[in-house]
Amino acid sequence: MATIPANTRLASERAAAGRLRLVIKAVREAPQAAVVILGGLMLVAIFADLIAPHDPTLPVQGAKVFDPPFWMEGGRAMTLLGTDFQGRDILSRLIHGARVSLIVGLMGTLVAGSIGTAMGILAGYVGGWVDQIIMRVTDAWLALPAIVFAIFLAAMVGPSMWNIIVILGAVYWTRYARVIRGEVLTLREREFVKLAEIAGASKLRVIKRHILPNVMNTATVLASLTVGVVIIAEASLSFLGVGVPPPQPAWGLMLSEARSTLMAGQWWLTVFPGLCILLVVLATQLFGDWLRVRLDPQLRNL
Amino acid sequence: MNVGGPDMAPHTPQRSSRPGEAAARLGPVLEVSDLQTHFFSFGGSRVVKAVDRVSFTLHEGETLGLVGESGSGKTTTCLSIVGLLPRAARIVGGSVVFEGEDLTRKSQRELRRIRGRRIAVILQDPMVSLNPLFTIFRQVAEPAFFHQHLRGRSLRERVQHLLRVVRIPSPEWRMREYPHQMSGGMRQRIVGAIALAGGPSLVIADEPTTNLDVTIQAQYLDLLKDIQRETGVALIFVTHNLGIVAKMCDKVAVMYAGKLIERAPVRELFDDPKHPYTRALLGAVPKLGSKEPLYSIAGQPPNLANLPAGCSFHPRCPEALPRCVSEEPGDFHLGDGSVARCWLVEGKNEAGAHRGRARS
Amino acid sequence: MLEFVVRRVLYSIVTLFILSATIFLVVRFTGDPVALMAEASARPEDLDRIRQQWGLDRSWPVQYLTFMQNAFKGELGKSFNYRLPVSELYFQRLPNSLTLGLVATLISLLIGVPAGIISAVKVNSWWDNVAKGVALLGLSIPGFWLGLVLILVFSVWLRWLPTSGAGDWRHVVMPALALGWYFAASMLRLTRSSMLEVLGSEYIKLARLKGLPDVVVIAMHAFKNALIPVFTLAGVNMVVMVNAAVIIEVIFAWPGIGRLLYEGIFQRDFPLVQGVVIMAGFMIVAINLVVDILYAFIDPRIRLTR
Repeated sequence: MATIPANTRLASERAAAGRLRLVIKAVREAPQAAVVILGGLMLVAIFADLIAPHDPTLPVQGAKVFDPPFWMEGGRAMTLLGTDFQGRDILSRLIHGARVSLIVGLMGTLVAGSIGTAMGILAGYVGGWVDQIIMRVTDAWLALPAIVFAIFLAAMVGPSMWNIIVILGAVYWTRYARVIRGEVLTLREREFVKLAEIAGASKLRVIKRHILPNVMNTATVLASLTVGVVIIAEASLSFLGVGVPPPQPAWGLMLSEARSTLMAGQWWLTVFPGLCILLVVLATQLFGDWLRVRLDPQLRNL
Repeated sequence: MNVGGPDMAPHTPQRSSRPGEAAARLGPVLEVSDLQTHFFSFGGSRVVKAVDRVSFTLHEGETLGLVGESGSGKTTTCLSIVGLLPRAARIVGGSVVFEGEDLTRKSQRELRRIRGRRIAVILQDPMVSLNPLFTIFRQVAEPAFFHQHLRGRSLRERVQHLLRVVRIPSPEWRMREYPHQMSGGMRQRIVGAIALAGGPSLVIADEPTTNLDVTIQAQYLDLLKDIQRETGVALIFVTHNLGIVAKMCDKVAVMYAGKLIERAPVRELFDDPKHPYTRALLGAVPKLGSKEPLYSIAGQPPNLANLPAGCSFHPRCPEALPRCVSEEPGDFHLGDGSVARCWLVEGKNEAGAHRGRARS
Repeated sequence: MLEFVVRRVLYSIVTLFILSATIFLVVRFTGDPVALMAEASARPEDLDRIRQQWGLDRSWPVQYLTFMQNAFKGELGKSFNYRLPVSELYFQRLPNSLTLGLVATLISLLIGVPAGIISAVKVNSWWDNVAKGVALLGLSIPGFWLGLVLILVFSVWLRWLPTSGAGDWRHVVMPALALGWYFAASMLRLTRSSMLEVLGSEYIKLARLKGLPDVVVIAMHAFKNALIPVFTLAGVNMVVMVNAAVIIEVIFAWPGIGRLLYEGIFQRDFPLVQGVVIMAGFMIVAINLVVDILYAFIDPRIRLTR
């Protein structure tokens, strides 16, 4: 179907059929591969304790260190994808690592999105010196490469999963703020906002009733494209040792642990966690691209 | 009945003896017959008839005004003539005979040798139709360089001559400048010079004055007329401004929803418009100093992807007959030289042999 | 024009001011650097002595002012660990980072620009789909993992390239590819969209209407216009790559400023960390300023719209 009527269809259906059906429909139209990967991964993350064959933080009883995957010589069915330098099961660590990645990816995006959307609306709608301050801070924080800023903050604050979430939120909100502010600046000039203001609605009410619902599409699209970026950032921080601390099973951490034995040719330690990151990020990108076309065709260049 | 006559238009058509009248006997410069251009989207599952069986002829030194609302197919008609259609569009029927050759049968390679040399196009917006990174010289010189293979000094002289023709002061200096250093009016004259560079016998001007202010507009139109008088070039003038049509054109063709619904010599069209849509258009011309509200045509412009059955205009037509809803009218040739595609004129002073029949 | 330049310079100064204040505050808010640096067994008197030595006993505003004063003089403080001025360490390492960034930029251009042009000229074709896939993979494959895989393939299995260190061209290939990969994808996207925009413009239409051969239309009329934003971004990207290559430099033991930052973090050498981060911000603010001003000179339309 054409993309133009999608919005109008969306609005009319929302009233008629309710949100749940809309979600089901959206999922059905979304790129299949992305939905399968993301949905599967969420299930794996939620039920990690049930699915994982071994404890991810303890050596597997009866396994040696650096066991190869089961199809290679010396591999066993007990540890399908082999074991690491402490004899822990790679598969179980990958499964539990999905939980860390998804929690950090989603929560970090949520933090960044909430701060950024709030700041963007504030800057765009209130204007004046509030706008000036927020935009100058945004400029300043955007001047640092995100990863350098994140490494710096993480090194100063100290490693923990929840710290990483807050840090990545603090690093990535600026991108939101800029885009949302731009959107609000045009919304502010639209008739329905003007009318509400003339009718005497308070600023807070205008924001709640008119501004926020209208920037939600943009915020959602941005969020879907940010999740992957945040997941890679978390893996990078964990890899450098300033992210999720050991012995927690995070993919970035697993790559970091694999590095010392990379030269010995134990490729499975490096390849599997990386493939996991690649798959998740690819799926979020595909999903985000699809969402962008569907919700907000103007955001093409983000 | 006479909604808009020549006295209601801002300018009365003034016709002196034109070179075209003598040359007319030599056969037309351009003869478009039954041209059909369709847009195919969604893998060909949806077809939009952007140009639907359009016919007209044009002789040397003549000017045809192509009139209609935006989206009525004027521009697509022009692009079909030069064979530069968007990817999704294709000529599916009819012919475009230019100086005796059917352009619809030519390859892109052959068309390239005609474009810019024998047929030139002037685009709408002078602010964006020049390449910002190339000098005026280079842009004006290109057609002469590639088509006439002029080089060096003769190329420079040719460019200076062209710039002088379009009244650019001190061309030897100006041609070294870049587009952004020039005003809108000057840029449009540069575009005119580019059009003349290949020595064309047909120039298609696609709303060339819409983005210019009124005085510059008038100057530009005078310039085009002077050039036409000197070179005898045939001109297709795409516009929605009927005042310009009255001033510039010998004949008018009115398009609606991809169809040519009326064509006539300019005086006949203004004196006695045959099609209700033409009458509505003439009524919509704002009169200078008039306090009357602007007459606008009731109803929505047609959606080409979803046209009504019968005559495309019937939902908005104040004089629609029952048969207009179901039966599409064909061309009716009338005695005064006009052709109208409307059931209302059926039998009225029809020029015998050409009885209109709707083809499905 | 002058007004534009002045305003733009002022903005940059404000930006740098906020950035330095942020970094300064983060360092001091997140705990006592002296306590982190010193041995756990250190006595309070020792800590006080160290504080005094580094000027940390004074109030924050005073510390910040001194810091800024020194920064203006090009002094970024003294490294705890190396006992050397941070600026000296920094400029010792900078050439290596510049080399890496330059090669990575070239790689990103060599991959991104031709692929972007082909996919724009042959839009929606097989080529275009391949290019879109590459662009997607560029954003999805973490650069540092690509680096690890490259080591695995070219150093461990094929034994073609050395794993780490700096030296001749063979040392720079893998880190530059790993670093440039992500940027190649962004180059591809930008080239494609920029080229599509230009190809759809009226002046390209007019060029075709002049009857020019396609090669001339694309290679001369479209190319030049489409590549201005691409090369601008490449310039900005290069500066970003010079500063953001931390993980790549760590993986390949490349002696650049990213590795300096990493060492600073693990040695709790906060003047060093602070200095490297501020320099990164300074460089990027500077390149953005230069690009904006150059653009305004090149393209008068920008001056009018701002």
